[in-house]
Amino acid sequence: MKPAPFVRHVPRSLDEALKILAEVAGDDGRILAGGQSLVPIMAFRLAKPAHLVDINEVEGLDKIADDGQTLTIGARVRHAAFHKPVTANPLGALLAYVARHIAHYPIRMRGTFCGSLAHADPSSEWCLTAATLDAVMIAKSVKGIREIKAASFFDGIMSTHLKEDELLAEVRLPLLPADAKFGFYEFSRRAGDFAMSASLVTYRLDGGKMTDARVGLGGAEASPRRIAEAEAQLNGKAPGDAAFRAAGEAASAAIEPLEDHQTDAAYRRDLVKVVVRRALEHSLK
Amino acid sequence: MSEKAAITLTINGKDYAIAVEPRRTLADAIREDCGQTGTHIGCEHGVCGACTVIVDDAPVRSCLMFAVQAAGKKIRTVEGLASGDTLHPMQQAFMDNHGLQCGFCTPGFLMLAVGVLEREPDISDEDLIDVLSSNLCRCTGYQNIIKSVRAAAAEMRK
Ligand SMILES: Cc1cc2nc3c(=O)[nH]c(=O)nc-3n(C[C@H](O)[C@H](O)[C@H](O)COP(=O)(O)OP(=O)(O)OC[C@H]3O[C@@H](n4cnc5c(N)ncnc54)[C@H](O)[C@@H]3O)c2cc1C
Ligand code: FES
Ligand code: FES
Repeated sequence: MKPAPFVRHVPRSLDEALKILAEVAGDDGRILAGGQSLVPIMAFRLAKPAHLVDINEVEGLDKIADDGQTLTIGARVRHAAFHKPVTANPLGALLAYVARHIAHYPIRMRGTFCGSLAHADPSSEWCLTAATLDAVMIAKSVKGIREIKAASFFDGIMSTHLKEDELLAEVRLPLLPADAKFGFYEFSRRAGDFAMSASLVTYRLDGGKMTDARVGLGGAEASPRRIAEAEAQLNGKAPGDAAFRAAGEAASAAIEPLEDHQTDAAYRRDLVKVVVRRALEHSLK
Repeated sequence: MSEKAAITLTINGKDYAIAVEPRRTLADAIREDCGQTGTHIGCEHGVCGACTVIVDDAPVRSCLMFAVQAAGKKIRTVEGLASGDTLHPMQQAFMDNHGLQCGFCTPGFLMLAVGVLEREPDISDEDLIDVLSSNLCRCTGYQNIIKSVRAAAAEMRK
């Protein structure tokens, strides 16, 4: 299984990358970032791009910046950059915890945060994170810059609203309130496998009651998203078994489950109940 | 057919001037073009870890990188671990602890474990198990691989 022939372009600057992308996009030209999803797909010949715009030599794409409001993640920031917290804000600990669940160590040395979002696997941990925290995607092309909110970025399984000549140049994540709590849980059959379902939650406590609850769900539907019905079961309640179970039930009822040859809809609904509850339980640890 | 590019791969300190198509994976280039067959290829799509090598201090899957991307970088493979007749502590530990049976997965495990321990010498036992879950072994049942890597980790920290 060898990839089909392609022409490799190696831009040194972002402007150069955008120019080349504009030229080759119509001829099935694509960005090559970490290659940890694209190269396997090419090896299977599921993709035979005629041109690859390799962004590994582009200056300045590997920056992570915390301006006190937002964490900005550049197009070539690799998963492994998050192994240790990148900010003292609770978001740093959240990203470090989530990162450990992505694939395996050597894959995390190459794969990128933005590449995960562009690839849009329904089970991707970073896609779930972006959806849960309402990230903003910055897409650039020779025509200009577009800001796309996470809620309108994903377009089903392995599909986004990025245009073919657009490069996802950075992703902006809002910092969490200093007292924010988070929890994450995913279920997969083997360590490093894509999750069959995953949940990320955040909330704050006000007088012992949860407020600003976010319940994100990945791997269960075609795209990850926040589940308002589950969040409603948390706000105003004390954290604990009753509220956590109610949120799990609400999420399970709210979804349009993915089905595959191993998992039918009923199984996925059951799994969601457990995954959401365990993510919430993790927030207390 | 896309044009071949003339590149130089630096493997274990030695330069190999080769000409490869852009689609040539680093794994294939190391084996076929540079003749360093210690690096093994199992799945060719990132799942098994047999092809793990160290590129500029990072353990990576060489089947998921194109050779042209590794030009000018420092590549280390299993052939570069021993110095002369003295095995690297990781190799010695695999021998002492029966960390291999058929040996097909071994170069990948050695480069994975050495690569991670050089970056994170004080990695916890628990995290080490997570790291070792990166690669597949069809023979050993993993227990002796874990034992070997823990023993080598202790030795490398000295
Ligand atoms: C064995 C294995 C297990 C894995 N397990 C997981 C897992 O559990 N969870 C998980 O989330 N991922 C997993 N992955 C995938 C991995 O996280 C990839 O790194 C990630 O999905 C894609 O990032 P990349 O940088 O490697 O992108 P690439 O493979 O380079 O590109 C992927 C796609 O995105 C496009 N693209 C990349 N960057 C941009 C950009 N900046 N702008 C526009 N388009 C872009 C490419 O053109 C391509 O179509 C696994 C991979 C392997 C091989
Ligand atoms: S051959 Fe590279 S991971 Fe299997
Ligand atoms: S020793 Fe045979 S595959 Fe690991």
